[in-house]
Amino acid sequence: MLQRLITSREALLLGAIAVLLALISTRFPGFVTPSNLADVFNDTSPLILLAIGQMIVILTKCIDLSVAANLALTGMVVSMLNLAFPGLPVALILVVAITLGALMGMFNGILVWKLDIPPIVVTLGTMTIFRGIIFLISDGKWVNSHEMSPAFKAFPRFELLGLPMLSWTAILAVIVFTIVMSRTTLGRAAYAVGGNPHAATYTGIEVGRTQFWAFTISGALAGLTGYLWVSRYAVAYVDIAGGFELDVVAACVIGGISIAGGIGSVGGALLGALFLGVIKNALPVINVSPFWQLAISGGAIIIAVAVNARASRTKGRIILKSAEHAA
Amino acid sequence: MKRRNFTKLALGLSLGASLMGTSAMAQDNMRIALVVKALGIGFFEAAHKGAEEAAAELGNVEIIYTGPTDTTAEGQIEVINSLIAQGVDAIAVSSNDTDALVPTLKKAMQRGITVISWDSGVAEEGRQMHLNPSSNPLIGNMIIKLAADHLPDGGQVALLSATTTSTNQNIWIEEMNKVMANYPGIEVVSTVYGDDLADKSYREAQGLMQSYPDLDAIIAPTSVGIVAAAQAVEDAGKIGEVNVTGLGLPSEMAGAIESGASKSFAIWNPIDLGYSAAMIAHALAAGEATAEPGAEISIGRMGTITLDETNSAAMADPFVYDSSNIDEFKSIF
Repeated sequence: MLQRLITSREALLLGAIAVLLALISTRFPGFVTPSNLADVFNDTSPLILLAIGQMIVILTKCIDLSVAANLALTGMVVSMLNLAFPGLPVALILVVAITLGALMGMFNGILVWKLDIPPIVVTLGTMTIFRGIIFLISDGKWVNSHEMSPAFKAFPRFELLGLPMLSWTAILAVIVFTIVMSRTTLGRAAYAVGGNPHAATYTGIEVGRTQFWAFTISGALAGLTGYLWVSRYAVAYVDIAGGFELDVVAACVIGGISIAGGIGSVGGALLGALFLGVIKNALPVINVSPFWQLAISGGAIIIAVAVNARASRTKGRIILKSAEHAA
Repeated sequence: MKRRNFTKLALGLSLGASLMGTSAMAQDNMRIALVVKALGIGFFEAAHKGAEEAAAELGNVEIIYTGPTDTTAEGQIEVINSLIAQGVDAIAVSSNDTDALVPTLKKAMQRGITVISWDSGVAEEGRQMHLNPSSNPLIGNMIIKLAADHLPDGGQVALLSATTTSTNQNIWIEEMNKVMANYPGIEVVSTVYGDDLADKSYREAQGLMQSYPDLDAIIAPTSVGIVAAAQAVEDAGKIGEVNVTGLGLPSEMAGAIESGASKSFAIWNPIDLGYSAAMIAHALAAGEATAEPGAEISIGRMGTITLDETNSAAMADPFVYDSSNIDEFKSIF
């Protein structure tokens, strides 16, 4: 039992994060103060939200490269809505963001489900389409801080029990999706579809439909993050979160989610995102040359994945050894 | 009548002297065409305002403000062809393409039309001179001056740049370092890179405030960086302690000026730019000046410019925006 606990992916990753924090604190002690760690968690919240959605998609043997573009498009739409109707309540904006994101996810899902196009191709295409649409609706213009209403900008910063709403949103998502993945038919179906699609079909699970819902969830989370993102940074323009989809996939891979599908957990996605978040937040303060920062980020990802791969390798037993020798 | 003849003569002489072929114009008013990247852009509307100001100052000058409806070189070529057909006296263009406009502009010059570029230049053979809004040394000096002006007793400043490989950023920082001796007491403690991404710039700004608790100013000579840094300062509750400055656009920085996260920042003033372009076009077309390396051209209230070996010149220091003028400019660009 203890053996299993120590070698579990999540425990290993937690250990790695602890070691990382210890190393950082030798160079910048202020980093490990509780208030700073809360800031790091808050800063990593968007990545956590997207990583959870991406995890579900990857579980079903798919990949969603359009999350960052979905985030940016939703962010632009809600910013422009706020610009046009400054009195719109935040609750309604949240609903619009989640719905719009979910619709974009459904579009990906339909193409994968009904037209059988490989997910990487579909989402590579929609990624560009979504970015293009942002340009069309915004005409390349920015929505700036002074044009957003105070309530629109205040939501992610609103503090409850010492943590801002942005962090609470991520915590809520972690709890909800932990339950969804372990206690609902949809969650179990996602594992089944990724683990063995043929067996899943025989048990009456429709593979395409499960993938469709996975994309929808990923899209909805991206839409939600879109609003949080633009209100937090108080700016919306075409290129926001450019390249962020790669961070999201990296967080999943670090979190032990198998790209081949079927293996992974919400906890893994959370820890993977936190691992990246700690590195991103630590690099500016530990006084490392910016030329080294990219290499360090990349190196950390490879090391984390290598450790994960070693840990998950199931040890085979060699049988018929004597026969081998005999031959 | 006498004056008209004189203008005609002056034009004829200047054109004859520069061997540019026959005089196509010579009307009552000198007609200067201000060709912009596209119509309906606030920046260029403001430049138009400046050009009209120059026209009013000069008298007998008519400004034709024109451009394509979208920012394409093809659209500008069409516009310029029609201006050649109309026989304008001068064309001042902010081009959508360095090379694509050259043949058309050459044709214009062969017909005796004065051609200059401003803001966004064309290749040397396609224009008589080019007016840059500013120059690298002036920008380098301005960014540190913006920070130093609010730190009479000296202090710590940090730079937030775009990417490590961004050429213009690196040149400006280099030029800034050259003049650091003029700002005693100002110490540049760090240079960080936000990659022109809002989230990374925000994080880098947060990091700066953590690493240097006594930091007095963040200088970001990039429009994404300056906005993100201002937001980070506001969120950290350090308004009044850390001043964010650098290069940004008034429309994007209005919020930061309002909140006090930024006391002032700089960028070119499009009104001055349009004014200067019209002044130069007039001086060249009227034969009051010639476009050759080393030539000095007077540009009215903006002073004098000197052409370098590529026949380009820098107008002035970047224009400083603060709470006193932000409202006027935030709707312009």
